[in-house]
Amino acid sequence: MAQTKEQQKRAQEEYQRLARRHRPRPPLLRNALLAFLVGGAISAAGQGVLNFFVAQGLPPDKAGGPTAGVMVFLGAFLTALGVYDKIGQVGGAGSAIPITGFANSIVAAAIEFKTEGFVMGMAARMYQIAGPVITYGVTSAIVVGLLRFLIAGG
Amino acid sequence: MRRGVAVKRIGKQSVKFTSPPVITNTFSIVGPMEGQGPLGQRFDTVLEDTFYGEQTWEKTECKLLREAIFNVLNRAQLQPTDLDFILAGDLLDQIVSSNFALREVEAPFLGLYGACSTLAEGLATGAMLVDGGFADRVLVVTGSHHDTAERQYRFPTELGVQRPPTAQWTVTGAGSCLLQSQGKGPRVTCATLGRVIDLGSKDPNDMGTAMAPAAADTIRQHLRDFAKRPEDYDLIMTGDLGAVGVELVRVILRKDGIELGQQFQDGGLLIFDREQQDVHAGGSGCGCSAVVFAGHLFKLFAEGKLRRLLLAGTGALLSPLTYQQAESIPSVCHAVAIEVY
Repeated sequence: MAQTKEQQKRAQEEYQRLARRHRPRPPLLRNALLAFLVGGAISAAGQGVLNFFVAQGLPPDKAGGPTAGVMVFLGAFLTALGVYDKIGQVGGAGSAIPITGFANSIVAAAIEFKTEGFVMGMAARMYQIAGPVITYGVTSAIVVGLLRFLIAGG
Repeated sequence: MRRGVAVKRIGKQSVKFTSPPVITNTFSIVGPMEGQGPLGQRFDTVLEDTFYGEQTWEKTECKLLREAIFNVLNRAQLQPTDLDFILAGDLLDQIVSSNFALREVEAPFLGLYGACSTLAEGLATGAMLVDGGFADRVLVVTGSHHDTAERQYRFPTELGVQRPPTAQWTVTGAGSCLLQSQGKGPRVTCATLGRVIDLGSKDPNDMGTAMAPAAADTIRQHLRDFAKRPEDYDLIMTGDLGAVGVELVRVILRKDGIELGQQFQDGGLLIFDREQQDVHAGGSGCGCSAVVFAGHLFKLFAEGKLRRLLLAGTGALLSPLTYQQAESIPSVCHAVAIEVY
């Protein structure tokens, strides 16, 4: 009963079509709404922190740095408390995209791989999730910067 | 047609035991979340936390297996040296939890890897060893830990990722079964060993879809090899397809004219309350079918509520590496019939 490659491919396609019909769909509307609310809440908190720094006398264009610092700390802190992954299950992209999510991705990996030692475990694998973001973030920043320089001039 | 000495080999993929080995004792140990599930009261030990006094989750998983081994031996009033073989497996690379747990057990050891089908694979292999005249006592043990599996297969446990509704939740727990040539208990009467089936599923967050064709294939082949109908069993339990896979098995077999009724259930659906516990499509992992069988089903036999069981363990045979290389997910399903008479 050896199947030819062709038959096998057809069986696979047929099964995947069948499976698609029976697969539960993620609740897109609900997920989008929750992502909006959670992401919005995190952003509002960030705005609150920024406003605080401005009220303390920092010029608005200088207040961004310390605000990011505070938000990164909060993301890391909530990760260490074991809360951020629960927020993530509800908030989805709403909690993954803000800078708190970036902090979460680094701290979660750092905590996790501590058991494999501080060098090859924690330090090496801390960027397992965040690494691609950093790599492609820096690369695209250079490319865009270069384009701007070529098109609009220095 | 068949030549040679294999007189117990039946049909295309099955074996039938002439002196069916007895499952005399079992033991189950689970994590806190499984303890809060619908079967919570059925397990022998429920942990208060997922570390169980260890520094790493890998060590915890190892300890779960060790506890399952020594407690089932205690129940049977046996020593490790009384065992002819011990069969064990788990989900971690190189089945380290089993290998390390067995450092303290003085018995010949065979490691198994069948992902979530490991218990069924172990019971079938163990029964062949006993009925083949190679052993009087075989211990089968397997287990998994939610956090070790997450680390190995997916993401760090504290990462805030959203799991889709098709994802399954790896069970923390271990179950052991003592197979003996003589004694009291339900007997392993026959088994159908599955072939590897891959119908092109690639999503590791949807293993039910990947495993369903293997489950359907083995169940169909079992019924064919023994000329049986689903009604010949009080319970056909797959472990662990979850909600998505269970539905697909029904659909696939219906096309072949096999209607699985109420007697078809799944370990991944029995162990958790999907309404109350956020486990998506249900439970999974070697530990899932192991503790559902050792903790729940074995007791149903003793209570007289179950007489004929087909335990169909289903395993998704992927690794994190094959997934990253965009390979599809091969699966296997082994079925063992366990009956009292």
